[in-house]
Amino acid sequence: MTSVAPSTEPLLAVRDLKAWYGESHVLHGITIDVRPGEVVTLLGRNGAGKTTTLKSIMGVIDKRRGSVRFNGNELIGLSSRHIARQGIAWCPEERGIFSSLDVRENLLLPPVVAPGGFTMEQIFDLFPNLKERLHSQGTKLSGGEQQMLAIGRILRTGARLLLLDEPTEGLAPVIVQQIGHMIQKLKTMGFTIILVEQNFHAAATVADRHYIVEQGRVVDEIANAELEANMDKLHRYLGV
Amino acid sequence: MAEIFGIPAAALYGQLLLGFINGAFYATLSLGLAVIFGLLNIINFTHGAQYMMGAFVGWMLLTYLGIGYWPALILAPIIVGVVGMVIERLLISRLYKLDHLYGLLLTFGLALIIEGLFRNGYGVSGMSYAIPAELSGGVNLGFMFLPLYRGWVVLASLVVCLGTWFMIEKTRLGAYLRAATENPTLVQAFGINVPLLVTLTYGFGVALAGFAGVLAAPIYAVNPMMGSNLIIVVFAVVVIGGMGSILGAVVTGFALGLIEGLTKVFYPEAAATVIFIIMAIVLLVKPAGLFGREA
Ligand SMILES: Nc1ncnc2c1ncn2[C@@H]1O[C@H](COP(=O)(O)OP(=O)(O)O)[C@@H](O)[C@H]1O
Ligand SMILES: [Mg+2]
Repeated sequence: MTSVAPSTEPLLAVRDLKAWYGESHVLHGITIDVRPGEVVTLLGRNGAGKTTTLKSIMGVIDKRRGSVRFNGNELIGLSSRHIARQGIAWCPEERGIFSSLDVRENLLLPPVVAPGGFTMEQIFDLFPNLKERLHSQGTKLSGGEQQMLAIGRILRTGARLLLLDEPTEGLAPVIVQQIGHMIQKLKTMGFTIILVEQNFHAAATVADRHYIVEQGRVVDEIANAELEANMDKLHRYLGV
Repeated sequence: MAEIFGIPAAALYGQLLLGFINGAFYATLSLGLAVIFGLLNIINFTHGAQYMMGAFVGWMLLTYLGIGYWPALILAPIIVGVVGMVIERLLISRLYKLDHLYGLLLTFGLALIIEGLFRNGYGVSGMSYAIPAELSGGVNLGFMFLPLYRGWVVLASLVVCLGTWFMIEKTRLGAYLRAATENPTLVQAFGINVPLLVTLTYGFGVALAGFAGVLAAPIYAVNPMMGSNLIIVVFAVVVIGGMGSILGAVVTGFALGLIEGLTKVFYPEAAATVIFIIMAIVLLVKPAGLFGREA
């Protein structure tokens, strides 16, 4: 496995991360680095452990071992609420839109954890649809709008590291494209992003590097520039 | 004398007022239960004892410290609520990861302990608590005589219920509470202190019971068992309204108080059971309750 990462200090350094659901051992040692401003993807088959990796970084899984350092601070013993306060925000795979909250309340729910977050106006510039639906029940939105809401609300918080779990899953191609542009834009604004994606063609347009996850381990790392050359290998990993 | 369906009108209005007052207590108590159940997923069987504590703390403030009704209306709920928060932190919080049954057993056991302690200290005969001077007497409404204090009970309960509804449905804190009720893990992952929210919510639900207790003190005798008689009916109200529904608890509480009052007029034999009959019918037809979300 060749290291293709640029040589800046990592913003997030994950070392030998292990995680369990109850007795079931799911992550067997994940090691990844993410540098400030990078977009890094986790690719892998269904059930490989991508979601669990994000959850373990976020601290929503109780039983986890190894090391997760963010800005030099160890997160592994912290609860998710303290991890969020350090400036990490998570957009879960199932989106987590609250049905008992309207769109506005959903947007305003996550507390601001650091200065420099988006204003409501900036969120509406990025996702104009949301502005029209402010008083609709959160779960009455279309799938695409719910995804925009789920991402929009974490941009308000000022978190600089975003964990996005399959943001394009199940969405129409035109929405997938819109979300791709949005990630591109966030990247130019200096956000650091870990992106879990099934669709690596979409991911390839924005990512710097790709980590391949298999059975709870990182088995390979591919720089985006070398993606074309590694297509065969990638297809084998992903079983597509 | 005017009659309605062969019943003297004054008797009918009198029972309706009584029904409305009972309804006010049902509403306030079931509201507290609904708020607690929504977030903690615990059926708070201590609720009746906490209502009794409200009445007792009001009585103690007056008897031992000379603190009157109006300050007690604020102080007693706070005191009962704080005791509730201590109980939540020390005991209930250990049960969230276990089956519902454990929470039920714990809160039921606590109710027995609290009631036992008060019975030991104060006996079962009950103490009286005078109606505050401002609210003694009554007004003649033309069609009936309204004792001022009873009117106040209905008004105060309505205001507190509506205030609670407003706080939960319309404020930022209420949005946290609703969100945490749906998905506490995600709310916590946003950086919100969910355990603190849970403690405060329990304290608030319990304070509502304490508030109802102070309101009740001048009407019913202050006695250690006053809650255990009432709470059975209140649980039936909660089942009918639907666990965890705020508005459902309030509307059902008042409605069932009225129905109970009417039954006393038209078919007194059924007055004590009518609520349970309605509960059985609702459970058969709409198991989640009239306002409950189907699971
Ligand atoms: N809540 C859970 N309880 C038990 N096992 C789980 C749970 N969630 C996921 N798993 C298991 O953990 C493994 C990794 O899942 P996940 O991280 O969701 O994979 P991915 O996101 O890569 O599709 C799978 O085998 C899955 O069955
Ligand atoms: Mg997943």
